Amino acid sequence: MIEMTAVQLGKQIGQKQISVAEAVEASFAQIERVEKDVNSFVTLDKEAALKSAAEVQKKIDAGELTGPLAGVPVAIKDNMCTEGMLTTCSSKILSNFHPTFSSEAVLNLQREGAVIIGKTNMDEFAMGSTTETSYYGPTKNPWNLNHVPGGSSGGSCSAVAAGEAFYALGSDTGGSIRQPSSFCGVVGIKPTYGTVSRYGLVAYGSSLDQIGPVAKDVTDCATILEAIASYDRKDSTSIKREDTNFTEALKADVKGMKIGIPRDYFGEGLDPQVKEAVLKAAQELKAQGAEVEEFDLSLVEYAIPAYYVIAAAEASSNLERFDGVKYGYRSQDYDGLHNMYKKTRSEGFGAEVKRRIMLGSFVLSSGYYDAYYLKALRVKALIKQAFDRAFEKYDVILGPAAPTTAPKLGESLADPIKMYLGDIYTIAVNLTGLPGISVPCGMDDKGLPIGVQLIGNRFEEKKIIQTAFTYEQTRTLLYSPLYKGIEKEAR
Amino acid sequence: MSKQYETVIGLEVHVELATKTKIFCACTTQFGGAPNTHTCPVCTGMPGSLPVLNKKVVEYAMAVGLATNCEITRMNKFDRKNYFYPDNPQNYQISQLYLPICRNGHVDIETPAGTKAIGIHEIHMEEDAGKLIHDEWEDVSLVDYNRSGVPLIEIVSEPDMRSADEVIAYLEKLRLIIQYLGASDCKLQEGSMRADVNLSVREVGATEFGTRTEMKNLNSFKAIARAIEGERARQIELIEEGKQVIQETRRWDDNKEYSYAMRSKEDAQDYRYFPDPDLVPVMISQEWIDEIKAKQPELRSEKLVRYKEQYKIPDYDAQIITESKHMADIFEATCELGAAPKKVSNWLMVETMRLLKENEMEADDIKFSPKNLAALIKLTEDGTVNSSVAKEVFEKIFAEDIDPDKYVEEHGLKTVNDEGALRETIEKVIADNPQSVEDYRNGKEKAIGFLVGQTMKAMKGKANPGKVNQILKELL
Amino acid sequence: MANIISDETMEYVGILAKLELTAKEQAQAKKDMESMLDYIDKLNELDTTGIEPMSHVFPVNNVFREDVVENEDEHDKIMKNAPAVKEGSFKVPRTVE
Ligand SMILES: [Mg+2]
Ligand SMILES: [Zn+2]
Repeated sequence: MIEMTAVQLGKQIGQKQISVAEAVEASFAQIERVEKDVNSFVTLDKEAALKSAAEVQKKIDAGELTGPLAGVPVAIKDNMCTEGMLTTCSSKILSNFHPTFSSEAVLNLQREGAVIIGKTNMDEFAMGSTTETSYYGPTKNPWNLNHVPGGSSGGSCSAVAAGEAFYALGSDTGGSIRQPSSFCGVVGIKPTYGTVSRYGLVAYGSSLDQIGPVAKDVTDCATILEAIASYDRKDSTSIKREDTNFTEALKADVKGMKIGIPRDYFGEGLDPQVKEAVLKAAQELKAQGAEVEEFDLSLVEYAIPAYYVIAAAEASSNLERFDGVKYGYRSQDYDGLHNMYKKTRSEGFGAEVKRRIMLGSFVLSSGYYDAYYLKALRVKALIKQAFDRAFEKYDVILGPAAPTTAPKLGESLADPIKMYLGDIYTIAVNLTGLPGISVPCGMDDKGLPIGVQLIGNRFEEKKIIQTAFTYEQTRTLLYSPLYKGIEKEAR
Repeated sequence: MSKQYETVIGLEVHVELATKTKIFCACTTQFGGAPNTHTCPVCTGMPGSLPVLNKKVVEYAMAVGLATNCEITRMNKFDRKNYFYPDNPQNYQISQLYLPICRNGHVDIETPAGTKAIGIHEIHMEEDAGKLIHDEWEDVSLVDYNRSGVPLIEIVSEPDMRSADEVIAYLEKLRLIIQYLGASDCKLQEGSMRADVNLSVREVGATEFGTRTEMKNLNSFKAIARAIEGERARQIELIEEGKQVIQETRRWDDNKEYSYAMRSKEDAQDYRYFPDPDLVPVMISQEWIDEIKAKQPELRSEKLVRYKEQYKIPDYDAQIITESKHMADIFEATCELGAAPKKVSNWLMVETMRLLKENEMEADDIKFSPKNLAALIKLTEDGTVNSSVAKEVFEKIFAEDIDPDKYVEEHGLKTVNDEGALRETIEKVIADNPQSVEDYRNGKEKAIGFLVGQTMKAMKGKANPGKVNQILKELL
Repeated sequence: MANIISDETMEYVGILAKLELTAKEQAQAKKDMESMLDYIDKLNELDTTGIEPMSHVFPVNNVFREDVVENEDEHDKIMKNAPAVKEGSFKVPRTVE
């Protein structure tokens, strides 16, 4: 059963071929087999999942729940609040935090009959590209346990790639859905900023954060995105959209679609095997009738420094609320108020989080605000202009999701700049609020997946979904080695 | 002869707006309530919560800006002011630094030297902090977020004031304007209006400003006046001793009449302001400004003119009544109920003012309802009670807002209008006081006053003195 | 390395951010910060004269809430995760006055 996509499973549940409880049991059976190796989850709650499965089953039987995701088990990234269920952001400082409300995206899924099985591991507060900065230990790549799954939504992507969850929600601030999706051989979408409510998402960089789906294929992703996209009056940056019927774009047709390939995305630092696989995907789309052309996007190398200033600045402020007063960890041993703050935060946050808080506090401090923060906002405006120009000519921009395949565990953390450089192809999309999708397009010689990234103009998810769907039809789904020994039922 | 110093004062006035809900969440702003019962994830800084702006806050801020001759900023943003303190649940306050909603205004105050304009540098919108209570038994503080997120406007003046009198005149003026707009009740004691004083001194004739300090915790006009005097003296003493005034925030202790520096090493004043990414810009169109202007309630100057025309009350009366919006509201509502305006005005100006003074209250503290004042006036008009009884009843209305009809009935205070009984009493008074009768008949007009008094005494005050007079004259 | 961060600056930023680093962490953080800032200095290669700083990427404006009370007393929920509570309030070390 676990080889099914979410939509396939949903159909079977709807037709009473499979019960919701059986689906939950199947997920937990696989979790029992592989979780000790991959560590995709911070929290698992089988009891709650089975209870929720029974409720959902009743509604399905009563004909109250008829959607494509009704009864399908899901894993939620641990930076989305889930009422009553531990929400840690993979940090010690929230190691005991039980939210009293659920994030809007999760509520939207639950309205569709989703059954939450647990909360997935991530880089602490989403700050990282490898899921190694988690307080709860690193997640491993289901394709090769010596490699990282990418990050920060590494747990969500590995849970899907390992068959532990039928689909998952991730969040993307600088590539945190697309890059681990690429590393784990799954599909992930970062929607246009404002499409999915951020209410209940523990903020990292508020102007950049977006929640999105992680799943086995494009059909699942479009279906999930359709379910979680909503206008939310609790989120001032939420956008009223009429065009969120994303599954309409699941058409195998790219005739006349204009695809631009930025030369700047294929320069120095790009692994030749990744380059080859991504360009091959472009050729495939051309063969399907798309017009493919190279062009100069420009400013690519400035996106990372601009991003790190903006994200760190926002993060330094967003994370001020973690102080041991209202919730979360409080140091056991302190002397007075300010010492309590310092001890709590120094003990509660990990090294990477502290690094970014320090940088963010510095770039906002008096004397540096103009030179760093405002400069970064000006560069962001320039990058936006570059993309606006590109979308005057192209429907979709195609490139790699990451310069390499998944690095080995422990390789990246030593040199932060090198780790940040890994986000070079994904970051500009967050700065400019655009939608992007990562779809598997091959493997390297170590057997690690490669992903191709498609970027759309704002509100044009449908174009990237349609392009990705068309491309996906030319391939077969990938299953990680962790499926071995599981009887093949579907597909 | 020692040097002459001039005090230079600018004010930062925080005013709590009279909205029903907080600035960024749908929690009530109602005063009181058990700790943390008027709170939600937003105003307690829960992870994942997000702010959404209350439209009414923008409208009140615009209204105050327009009434104080400010320019309204067309593109507004909110900024985060970052500092750690437990009364501030997010450890940043959402405020406006770069693009405040109002700029370059002024209000005119009256000084002995004539009218003076006090410049308003800016008005910005922000959220209030929670309340800290220091525990009596344990070495801890307790945090209550009921006030956290209550909307404030901060009105920042230019350093245009030179004395405590000017400061108080400016505050009174602001208070009246804002009260008339209905934007706040502006009560200093309850903290819905709070003034921080920026003060520096310089030698008379100097063109440069001296180093200023900021004083907080001033919760009455008297405390403000004392703090200004105290800080002026402290700064002059420092300068005379050849020491430096340090730019710092000081907390005024009104009991000790001294201010103390609040700064410690642990709160470096570097707020790292930046635009709040959780909120979107507020664009204010000319149409919106016109709409607010059109909705602007009558201001005091307009009321003064109308009172004289519509109610035909003297300028002096109108001045006193309109000094408090609350009093003016009571005046109008009482007249609306049919009471004669001049009678209403008399009750307010004489008895009400006397009782306020006796009880050390302000006009804003008046609790009685127009209905009961109007009823009392009716009782005096139709002769049901005489004026001395009316005063007695009014004291009850002032204190407890009693229903005068019921009260007079229950306490048997009605003037006796039964002519038979009255005549009987008067005849007895005449019989008992032959000397006074004799005097009157001999042309001593004053003697009748004694006879009226005696009658009133016999009637226990419940007679109409006019009527008594009339019958006496008739019988004599 | 072009950017040199002094120990005083690190200490100052630590006060702002309420972080207390060990000597070892401090040395590492200083090194990281310097190399990050060197990297960020790359932004200065771009001429941004006349470019407005872009804080919000989409022109969404005037998102308001009407002034209507919707929230009820949620005291127990609000206090549920508090590390220390007394008399219905969050308990903290005594604040200095
Ligand atoms: Mg302020
Ligand atoms: Zn609230």
